[in-house]
Amino acid sequence: MSRPASLGESPIPRTSGVGLKPEHYRDILDGAPDIGWFEIHAENYMGAGGPPHAYLTAIRERYPISLHGVGLSIGGAGPLDAGHLTRLRVLADRYEPALFSEHLAWSSHDTVYLNDLLPLPYTDETLARVCEHIDQVQNTMKRQMLLENPSTYIAYAETTMREVDFLREIVRRTGCGLLLDVNNVFVQAANHGFGADDYLDDFPMEHVGEIHLGGHADDSDEDGSPLLIDDHGREVADPVWTLYARTLGRTGAVPTLIEWDNDVPDWPTLFAEAKRADRLLAAQAATAHAERVVAT
Amino acid sequence: MTSDGLQREGAFAHAILDADAAVPAALAHRDGRVPARRFAVYRNNVYAGLINTLESRFPATAKLVGEAFFRAMSREYVETTPPVSAVLLNYGADFPDFIGGFPPASAVPYLADVARIEWAWHAAYHAADAEPLSQEALTALGARAEAAAFKLHPSASVVRSRYPVITIWELTMRGGEDEPVRLPAGGEDALVLRPALQVEVRRLPQGGAAFIDALMAGATLQDAAVAAAGQEPAFDLAANLAGLMRSGALAGTR
Amino acid sequence: MTHHSKSLSGVAVAGAFAAALGLAATTTPAFAADEQEKCFGVAKAGANDCAAGAGTTCAGSSTIDYQGNAWKLVPKGTCTTMELPGGRKGSLTALDRDNPPA
Repeated sequence: MSRPASLGESPIPRTSGVGLKPEHYRDILDGAPDIGWFEIHAENYMGAGGPPHAYLTAIRERYPISLHGVGLSIGGAGPLDAGHLTRLRVLADRYEPALFSEHLAWSSHDTVYLNDLLPLPYTDETLARVCEHIDQVQNTMKRQMLLENPSTYIAYAETTMREVDFLREIVRRTGCGLLLDVNNVFVQAANHGFGADDYLDDFPMEHVGEIHLGGHADDSDEDGSPLLIDDHGREVADPVWTLYARTLGRTGAVPTLIEWDNDVPDWPTLFAEAKRADRLLAAQAATAHAERVVAT
Repeated sequence: MTSDGLQREGAFAHAILDADAAVPAALAHRDGRVPARRFAVYRNNVYAGLINTLESRFPATAKLVGEAFFRAMSREYVETTPPVSAVLLNYGADFPDFIGGFPPASAVPYLADVARIEWAWHAAYHAADAEPLSQEALTALGARAEAAAFKLHPSASVVRSRYPVITIWELTMRGGEDEPVRLPAGGEDALVLRPALQVEVRRLPQGGAAFIDALMAGATLQDAAVAAAGQEPAFDLAANLAGLMRSGALAGTR
Repeated sequence: MTHHSKSLSGVAVAGAFAAALGLAATTTPAFAADEQEKCFGVAKAGANDCAAGAGTTCAGSSTIDYQGNAWKLVPKGTCTTMELPGGRKGSLTALDRDNPPA
C-alpha cells in the first residue's frame, strides 16, 4: 500500500473534544459537528483494516486527533512490550495525532493482559522504573507523552511518596507532560480521604497539556465509606465541574476531553457535555484576556 | 528490587483472576481492616470488561443460551484463558473451541459453530483491506486461469458445520420468532467475507468449502477443482467459481 | 480420484472458468431459482458494527458482574424455539439427555 499524503499540522485547539465512539461515526461525518477534536483509544485501532480505519481516516481529514493508549502498562514492573510500542508508533505515524497520552498504571503481567488500569505503589524503585519506561516510549514515539493521573480504589502499604510528588518527579526526570483527569482527582480524594482542592493546589499545572472529564458511579465499602468508581458511564458530576472551573483558573484554557465509554449516549447528549466544557473554557479565556488588558 | 515488583504484580494478578484467592498482602489496610470490597472493584472491572467484550463479539451465541448462561460461561473462559495482548480485538479467537468443549453447553450442539460464524464475522470486520479482482482482470487471465493460484481476500474464511448454522445465526440475529422453527436437514458451510466495508455471510454450495480451503492453501485452480470434486462428487466448478467472483472473494493471483 | 481428475481435465477447468465469467457478469441469478437462497445467498443478519467495534476502554465497571456458576445453569435463550432434524431441540429437556452423569 502506498503511504498516504501527510495530514499536515492540526494542533489540538484549546477547546473541548470527545472520545471517538463507533456509535457516532455517522453523526460526525454526516453532521460535521462544531467540535474541536477527537480522542481515540489506540488499542481499538490496532486491527489491520476495515470500517474502524475507514471511518477514522475520514474523521481525521476533518478534525485533529489525540491518541490515548490504554494498554502499554507503563507502571508495570517488567519490561514494556516492544511489539505493542511499535504498534503505537505505527498508529501515530499513520494518523499524526497532535497529542499522545498514557496512564500511570499497569495492566500486563507476565503474558497476561488484565484489561484494567491497575495501581502501583509510589516508591523510589517504582519511580525509577516508570521513568525508564517513559524515556523508552518518548524515544520510540519521537514525541512528548502526557502521563495521566490515575483513579484508584486501594493503596499500598509500601508507598512512601504522595501521588502529586511522584508525578512531579516523573515530569522533572523525563520531560513528559501531564494529562490531568479532574474526575480521577475527585474519585481519588473520596476513596482515599483527602481533599481534592489540596491535591489540585499542589498539582504542577504548568505541565498540564490536556484535561479529562468523565462520569463516576457512587458506591461504598464494607464500612460505609465512600467508594467512587471511575466508570465513564454517565454525565460529569457537578462537583467535578466545580473543580474543573477552579483548575482552569490556574491552567488557563487547556484542551479538555469528555470521556463517556460505558452506556455511550446519543451524539446530541455527548455534544451537550462538550459544549458545557466549552462555555467554561471561553469564560476562562475572556477572564485571562481582561486580566491582560488591565495589566497593560 | 525489580523481582519484588514482579512478585507484587503477580500476586495482584492472581488475586484478580482467582475469585477464591485472598486479597493481596501488599495492600494498605484501612483502620486495620483488609480492603476486600475495594480490591473487588478491580476483579469486577477485569471480568465485567472482558465478558462484555465477548458478549458484544458473540451476540447470537449469547441470545441462543440467554444472558445469565452466556456470562457464566464467559467467566470460566476468562479465568482459564485471559487475554495475552493489550489488543483486545484478538481476544476470543478460541472461544468457539472452548464452547465446543464446555459440557453445560452440550444441550445446544450447534452453539460452537454459531460462535465460529461470529468470530469469522469479527475477524473479517477488522481484516486487512483489499480490492477484489475485477471482471476485467479475471477475463484477462483467459487460458492462464487453470494454472493460476488465486489469492483469497484477506478477510475471507470458511466455517463448516454439521448443523444449519447460517440459518440458526440469521434467525437468532433477526430475533422475534415465537414460533418453533424447524431447521433444514443437513449442515451448512459459510464463506465469511468483507470485500468492501460490509461483512457478508454466504452459504457455500456442495464442495465449496473444500474448494476454497484448497485455494487458500495455495493450490492452482486445476488442483483445487480436483480436490473439491474428490470430496464432493456433485461439485459444480463453474457455479462455485462464479460465486467466488461475484462475492469478491478472489483478490489476486500468487 | 482418478475419474474426478479425468472429468476435471485442463479443458474442463478452462471451460468452467469461462462459463463462470459469463455467470458472474450477468445480472440474472447465477444459480437456479430454488438454489438462490441456499447457495451464495447473502445472509442479512442484524450483526451490528458498533458491537464489532467496541473494545478497550480506560473505564472501570460500576455494575457488579453477576457471578453465575455455569455448571448449575442451563441455557435459556432463543434456542428453545429451534428444532433440529430428528426432534432434537436446543431446549431444557435436551440438557438432561446430553449432560454427562454427575
